Amino acid sequence: MSAPGPQPARPGPLLSVERLSRSFGGLQAVKDLSFAVDEGEIVALIGPNGAGKTTAFALLSGFLTPDAGRVSFRGHDLRGLRPHQVNALGLARTFQIMRPFPRLTVVRNVMIATLGRHASPAVAEARARDILAELDLAAKADVQAASLTLAERKRLELARALGTEPVLLLLDEVMSGLTGAETERIVELVRGVNRRGVAILLIEHVMRAVMSLAQRIVVLNYGERIAEGRPDAVARDPRVIEAYLGDEGVSGAPA
Amino acid sequence: MKWLGALAVAVLLALPAVLSSYALTVFILILFYGFLGQAWNIVGGYTGQLSAGHAAFVGVGGYTAALLSSEYGLTPWLGMFVGAALAAGLGAVIGYLGFRFGLRGFYFVLLTVAFAEVCRILVSNVDALGGALGLYITFTGNPRQFQFQDQRAYYYIALALLLLATGVVAGIERRRFGIYLTAIREDETACEALGVDTFKYKMLAMVASSFLTGLGGTFYAFYLFSLQPSTVFGIPLSVEIVIRPIIGGAGTLLGPVLGSFILTPLAELSRQYFGQSGLHGAHLIVYGVLLISVVLFLPRGAYPVVRRLFRRA
Repeated sequence: MSAPGPQPARPGPLLSVERLSRSFGGLQAVKDLSFAVDEGEIVALIGPNGAGKTTAFALLSGFLTPDAGRVSFRGHDLRGLRPHQVNALGLARTFQIMRPFPRLTVVRNVMIATLGRHASPAVAEARARDILAELDLAAKADVQAASLTLAERKRLELARALGTEPVLLLLDEVMSGLTGAETERIVELVRGVNRRGVAILLIEHVMRAVMSLAQRIVVLNYGERIAEGRPDAVARDPRVIEAYLGDEGVSGAPA
Repeated sequence: MKWLGALAVAVLLALPAVLSSYALTVFILILFYGFLGQAWNIVGGYTGQLSAGHAAFVGVGGYTAALLSSEYGLTPWLGMFVGAALAAGLGAVIGYLGFRFGLRGFYFVLLTVAFAEVCRILVSNVDALGGALGLYITFTGNPRQFQFQDQRAYYYIALALLLLATGVVAGIERRRFGIYLTAIREDETACEALGVDTFKYKMLAMVASSFLTGLGGTFYAFYLFSLQPSTVFGIPLSVEIVIRPIIGGAGTLLGPVLGSFILTPLAELSRQYFGQSGLHGAHLIVYGVLLISVVLFLPRGAYPVVRRLFRRA
């Protein structure tokens, strides 16, 4: 996959987040958050519900504007950019609450993404079908998206994000609610995408998946980063165990 | 399907030869309202931005062409494009306000109605524009003045407008632009996340739609020889424009045409029937009942049903 969009203006991490803050009324959803994602890396963002993970995603992808702090991606300051502009730079996201276009067919859903890189509908459709085949959705290409199962919708969400040919993919709970086998499959797919050079930042509660995928974990609690590091180190961190993992540690997904 | 379309066009071309003058009038209205519905369909149907003030574009187009003709002697054949350009300008202003400030659903509906009403009140109070009485066009019968002795000329102009708008919509539907519009209708947030500049495409849809509607204004003015602010800028005309595509199938290529073929004769018949018995305006009850039935039983309009019947045959 060729790297889309403008080349980096200056060297540095692929994504760098510096002292990002955002509050809603009296609630400080994200506070002074800093972290970075390097080219080709897989980083997980974990933390209890309400820790600010999804808000952080919205801040990175242009859906929310930060009160303070800055985000730079491939050397571009993302301040003031609208979501579609952020996407055009090569940063794609999925939604925790999936947003398929319900009355469009599955292949049309993915075409909305591929058309951004290939203006010809015929080329965009061929590209969309390739992606669907890769994600085991080829057989569903011509049905309405509304008729997909939960697991299929999760994969469609992933397919659409991939259709924009990102260099950094933000995955918001693409494994929640799936069976063990379905989760295994998504883990495998995400790893395959990463192997082609796409960096990945994922929010996930399924700890087994996080542990096997992530090279680095950032832990949030009440909007603040409370730990960061390699999976094994984070899993032993007492602050993380207290705030999120609980006594059972990494053995399974928390309830 | 292609030969069916060609056949339909051939029939429509031949039709005036066998129509009575009353039937011809009804067909002119079918074609013209079908055209207005098709123009609305771009922004209201495909894009899902419910403009309920499209009469404003008819008004701006009609008044522009009529005034350019009477004051400056400019032929309406050119004036209609000036009028359409001004209507598109108004569409751009309304679109900018609505889309930049994120007015969705009912709020966008209210914005469009408000603009049409402001136009109506403005024109009613400016004497240079004819005030509340409106403009009257003296009949010359000169084709250069967009006037014809023979009613069949209006029929063919209305048919040409309908074919033009339908051709434009068919072209949009096949291109990236049209594919984006249908996705914007479904979920704008998801579109943005997938790299679609939703603001730009909604603006383009609004401008294309208001331009075409503005062209129709000239036809309206020179077919009826008069323009009144309360009729060309009024809510009733906006309703006429919206209701056909909704009943026929909004966001489908043939929905507005089908809707006009269903509704226009019905409106004419009930207007005549109720008018004779002194119940003026009772045709609106027919509209209401029909609209409720469609919303309840055919939420996607009549077109999907008709297509299924054809497929089976």
